[in-house]
Amino acid sequence: MSIDSATAAKVAKLARIKVEEEDLPALAQEFNAILGFIEQLEEVDVDGVEPMVSVTPMRLKRREDVVTDGNQAAKVLSNAPDAREGFFSVPKVVE
Amino acid sequence: MMSDLNKLTIAEARDALRKGDVTSVELTEACLSAIDAADALGAFVHKTPEIAMDRAKAADARIKAGDAPDMCGIPVGIKDLFCTEGVPSQAASKILEGFKPEYESTVSGQLRDAGAVMLGKLNMDEFAMGSSNETSTYGNAVNPWRAGNSDAALTPGGSSGGSAAAVSADLCLAATGTDTGGSIRQPAAFTGTVGLKPTYGRCSRWGIVAFASSLDQAGPMTKTVRDAAIMGAAMMGHDPKDSTSADLPVPDFEALLTGDIKGKVIGIPAEYRMDGMPEEIEKLWSEGTAMLKDAGAEIRDISLPHTKYALPAYYVIAPAEASSNLARYDGVRFGYRAKLAQGDGITEMYEKTRAEGFGDEVKRRVMVGTYVLSAGFYDAYYNRARKVRALIKRDFDEVFHEGVDAILTPATPSAAFELGQDVSDPVQMYLNDVFTVTVNLAGLPGVAVPTGIDRNGLPLGLQLIGRPWEEAELLNTAYALESAAGFVEKPARWW
Repeated sequence: MSIDSATAAKVAKLARIKVEEEDLPALAQEFNAILGFIEQLEEVDVDGVEPMVSVTPMRLKRREDVVTDGNQAAKVLSNAPDAREGFFSVPKVVE
Repeated sequence: MMSDLNKLTIAEARDALRKGDVTSVELTEACLSAIDAADALGAFVHKTPEIAMDRAKAADARIKAGDAPDMCGIPVGIKDLFCTEGVPSQAASKILEGFKPEYESTVSGQLRDAGAVMLGKLNMDEFAMGSSNETSTYGNAVNPWRAGNSDAALTPGGSSGGSAAAVSADLCLAATGTDTGGSIRQPAAFTGTVGLKPTYGRCSRWGIVAFASSLDQAGPMTKTVRDAAIMGAAMMGHDPKDSTSADLPVPDFEALLTGDIKGKVIGIPAEYRMDGMPEEIEKLWSEGTAMLKDAGAEIRDISLPHTKYALPAYYVIAPAEASSNLARYDGVRFGYRAKLAQGDGITEMYEKTRAEGFGDEVKRRVMVGTYVLSAGFYDAYYNRARKVRALIKRDFDEVFHEGVDAILTPATPSAAFELGQDVSDPVQMYLNDVFTVTVNLAGLPGVAVPTGIDRNGLPLGLQLIGRPWEEAELLNTAYALESAAGFVEKPARWW
């Protein structure tokens, strides 16, 4: 499986990372080096093996369905690049 | 007053504090001066002297009142990956520029509550992605050790490079680290220090900036195995805020350090004898094996047949989880937001923010992760890697089932290398983690112990791998190895 510039551009778009047109061939080449390394996994016989879900067999804990936290709007917003009137502010989302 | 207080171990400082021979304020002042004189190491990236002095005074009062846990009054450094209340916590990334958490991570909070003194935040690879501390937005951390008469700057390893450099150079008594594929153990081995990665689930991940959640685990980086036992116990324990945190009691590891390993079975895995492995690493490994044998352990040759596939499986699973975890850096809620051009909408904001805020290695891994999780490739890459991971864990389960108590391997394939080496092939850098990454995939505890010096005078370490949840026994074996190796060398000060 070889990745070309068009695939690299698609992946960058999915990851929401802007990549300049002229940087796409080099990026595709790096992907190919990494994927070439990963492709060794095809040698392994994995028939009948379940994909690992949790490294230690443990029952996921459940807690009471009650409010444990909240009323901290100022703290939640304190690190925002742009917060106004108790909200996160972003550029226009819909035309 | 005692001299060179910053050079003490945790155990020595604790005993001196309790006897009243020294105060935490004196210890802390000694470390703060050492830090100020060591900017060339690039280890401390956010210094917190006011917090340190406040906590030192409080610790002294607490010790005087007779209420002093082991870590009370001990000056430590905190890796930048841990969120610390009101103190910059950037994961060494530009995208978290200016971020000051409103909360404290569970692990650093436990240390704080035990009376430990935070000296500041420590350098690391960006988002813990790297093995040389060269991907940091702060610039490189530098190894206090130098090769022979060369003045070339060496890597302290990564990703916990600042932690390793700081402990090795005696800027603090100990430091926190995190380990996703070897990020505690490889830097420890490169700097002649001890690094413990506990069993997955031992330390809460809450408040630690996430890289690969199924692999990430915090641990202590210290000068001795005893100190790893003391600080490790203070960092571990159940936390309801992390659903994968283990609800198991944490033993008194230090009390269990007897050095007696008679009759213990130590496995030597054939698959860790890599082609082209430097002779010095080979020699270190056989010497370590002989030390454990002399201490009364039974040495057994074992096989972990899927070892070869650990790195490729890791480089599917870790980027996949990273691409998901790092989706939160969108320029909306915290950290950096790119300057936008006229007419830019929200998609441009995401794309520019992430392009400018993430470094190259982070972008590479996020995109590789995006690719292996994308429609059509999920089964071929991600699911296959998770199956191989199950087989890697099964390899370990089988040898432990057959009675092996611990496994001895090299910690790294080489001594510390020079900063600024050609990194055009990312896979070359990934090979640094070849001996450590299996342990994360299998969720096991592992510890790096300094046991030797190479021909250029650089430290080399061995790794011991233990059964899940049996850090006490693992640390005891490490203690026996440390005592037999008698590693006492320190880097000659040039900074």
